[in-house]
This record gives sequence, structure tokens and C-alpha cells, in this order.
Amino acid sequence: MDEIVITSGKLNHLIDPTLHIWGWEIPVYLFLGGLVAGIVALSAIVVLLGKEKQMRVAASKIPVLAPILLSIGMLALFLDLEHKLRVYQLYLTFQPTSPMSWGSWILILFYPFNLFFIVIQLKNGFPKFYNEFLLKRIPQFDKIADFLVGFTKPITYINLILGIAIGIYTGILLGTFSARPFWNSAILGPLFLVSGLSAAAALIVLFSKEREEIKLFQKVDLGFIVVELLFLALLIIELATGPEITKQAVHLIMGGELTAFFWIFVMGIGLIIPALLEVYEINGRHIPAALSPTFVLIGGLLLRFLMVEAGQMSTWIPY
Amino acid sequence: MARYAMVIDTKKCVGCGDCVVACKTENQTPEGFHRDWIAQQTHGAFPDLTLEIRSERCNHCENPPCVPVCPTGASHIDEYSNITLVHHDKCIGCKACIAACPYDARYVHPDGYVDKCTFCIHRVKQGKKPACVSVCPTHCMYFGDLEDPTSDASRLLKSRKWKVIAPAAGTKPQVYYLI
Repeated sequence: MDEIVITSGKLNHLIDPTLHIWGWEIPVYLFLGGLVAGIVALSAIVVLLGKEKQMRVAASKIPVLAPILLSIGMLALFLDLEHKLRVYQLYLTFQPTSPMSWGSWILILFYPFNLFFIVIQLKNGFPKFYNEFLLKRIPQFDKIADFLVGFTKPITYINLILGIAIGIYTGILLGTFSARPFWNSAILGPLFLVSGLSAAAALIVLFSKEREEIKLFQKVDLGFIVVELLFLALLIIELATGPEITKQAVHLIMGGELTAFFWIFVMGIGLIIPALLEVYEINGRHIPAALSPTFVLIGGLLLRFLMVEAGQMSTWIPY
Repeated sequence: MARYAMVIDTKKCVGCGDCVVACKTENQTPEGFHRDWIAQQTHGAFPDLTLEIRSERCNHCENPPCVPVCPTGASHIDEYSNITLVHHDKCIGCKACIAACPYDARYVHPDGYVDKCTFCIHRVKQGKKPACVSVCPTHCMYFGDLEDPTSDASRLLKSRKWKVIAPAAGTKPQVYYLI
């Protein structure tokens, strides 16, 4: 037997007995950041393939949600800060070794380019609003849009790159904490990216009314879910075959405290059930179209909650 | 540059907690928060037992994982020594450094910045020992510069067997435990 107890001091708030420095704010931000990354990447790909007319929701409508969702996510991030008034300190420096520093600069860089992208797509996405509302109030808007349309290709490419960067960064952010064995894997970057892409595809299915677009993005989403399952399997294999501390970390979801949460909510509701529903739908069965994407979105959020929680519970020091 | 280290003799420590109280008094840590603590490790089963008592704190690692993750540069290594510190007015309280520390040595001060053991740098600069070391009734704690081969700390590490906490974390802790 080997027992370690703290007999004097410690029991610091949020630190002991298990780390709980990050509550709901961080998973919500990671989910919304991933979703926005997915939206931006998918819409940029549709535009680059020249399918704006057939895939109106994916190319031109859904991007409008990106800055709104990202702002909600960043508000959650802001709420997590212990000294909110000092937030400007992030922008007085660049720390190349800090994923958070990279993230805060990428996010600021992202807003203007995303806005340009939205302005270019506005006419295609919302023709009624554009012609009857916007142009009547701001007649010069046409000139701004026309000017930006000239740069469609570079702006779209920049959006694609920044979208993928945000998606990967949300995973790297956790993946670089070697002190938390459950997080310390490079697969977290691609895992969170593909989860974000899957959530974005689900959102497009949810909003679209075009049969062709719905069918395509159901298939796309199914592909992302399969890749996500593969990445999760790789994460489990990596942790389970690593040194003692990562074995203990993966035990959290393989028999330990978070097992039911992981297998029922993240794997079941978030991945396997929506994948099966999508297979049935693609094969022509009639299932309410909103069901599968709703599960995917809930699953994406719960994956972030699970990851943030499991990481904080995994540790080098068992006391 | 000085390389400060703390050497703690687990064979002499009785776990009285004086170091914990001295730190609280010296550094005025807020109620409910501690920069150092006592861990007791019991090994074996009755009647065949061994007990190891350790006074633990920030390890002022040579390779501190809490410094590179800081997005504002608040978490830093002191200019003239290896002591890891936090600029209070630069800290936004994102808690990345807390997540990065395998020893859970940091906490959020109620005033909104991350706080931890400073090796009592304010005392060290005056040529004094850290508060915890100076009060230890069994004299089981030593503090010194490992660059100076004649310091107590250097000599003890040469003559005695020692260990650090979680060496596999790769942080190169500078709080050593004589065993």
C-alpha cells in the first residue's frame, strides 16, 4: 500500500482535491470556436469549388453566423478570466510558445477577413435583404461589395486557412499541457478540427431547404463522424499504451468516473446514433431531418465538456 | 546567475507544519490559500510501515512548464536567478499556468492574479533565507545556490541520496528531498 495525504496547508480553492480551474466557459468556447472553424472552412471550400448557387446555405447564408457564434464563445472565454480588466495585456505582446497567445491574435486577425467574406457572399445568400433593405439604406454598399468581390479568391483562401487554424488551435491549446496526461496528445488538434467540421455540416443540414444540399452535407457529416471516431480510437490507443500516468488518465473513460458520460453521451448520442441515422436517411428511410444534426451538435458540445473535465482530473500527483 | 535550490531532509522532518505557518505569516497569503504544504506518504501495511514526510511547494523548475504557456509574459523566470515568478499586473487570470504545473503549486489569488511560492525572493535578496527554511525547528530544510559548490545545498546533494517529485514530468525541479 502506498498512501499520500496532505496533513497541513493546501486545499486551495479550485486546485484541491482535484483541479477545477475551468468550468463551463472553456468547453462552450472550445465548442463554438470549433463550430465557427468548421463553418468558415466548409463555406470557403464550397466557394472555391464554385458551387455558391447550388449550395446557398453552406456558401453564403451560414457564414453570417460565424462572427456571432465566435463572439459568444469569446465572451465565455472573457468571463473565465480572473482579472477581466487586464484582458488588453494579451494584445501588448506576442508569446510564440503560448497557444493562447497565438489564439488571441488569430481570432483578432480572423474578424476582418471573415467580415469581407460575408460581404462578398451577402448578395447570393440574402438577395431580398440585400436589394430591398441594405441598398435602399446604404446605396454605396454595392460599391464596397463589388470592390471586395474582385478579391474573392484570396479572401476565401485566407478564410479557409484561418478557419483550419482556429479549429486545430482549440485542440492544441489543451494538447500542450504535459502536466495533464489526458490532454497531452497531438491528436487533439485534428480531433477538435474534425469535430468542428462535423458540427458545421450538421448546422448546414439543419438550416438548408435544398434537397441536394441536405443530401450532400449528410454524407459529408457522416464522413467527418467516421474520421472523428477514428481519431478518438487513436487517442484511446495512444493513452492506453503509454506510460503509467497516461494509462491512469485513460482509465477515467475506460472504467473510471467518466466512463458512462463518455460512452453514452459523447460516443452514443454524439457520434454513433447520428451516424446510424444518417446511414438510414442516405438509404432512403424517412427520419426527421433535424434529428441527426441536433445530436451531432449536442455531441460536439459534450465532447468539449468531457475533454476539459477529464484533463483536469488526470494528474501526475495523486494527492 | 544564481541557481537557488531547496534541500529538505525527509529523515529529519516531523511534519509539524511550521513552514506552512511561517509562509502564511511572511507572505500574507489570503485565508484558505497556501503556498506550501505537508504531504505524508505511508508505505506498506501494518505492522510493516515506513513514513515519509515532505514539505512541498513550487519546485522552481529549471524547465518550468508554467512559463512558456503564459499568453502575456506574466509568468516568468527571475532575471538574476532561476526563481519562477508572476508579474501580478500582467496576469489576466487565464489559468493556463495552473493547468501546466504538474505539482498543482499555483492558485488564483482573490485579487485576480495567479500566486505561488516565490522562494521568498524578497528575503533572499537581503541575504536571508526563505521564511519556511528559517523557522524549521528540526533544521531539516536548507536553501542555497547550487552554482556555489561550498553551499550547504550543493554539499548535501553530493553526499546524500536524494529525489525530486515526478522527475518524469521533465521539469527538473529545484526542490530536492534527501532520502
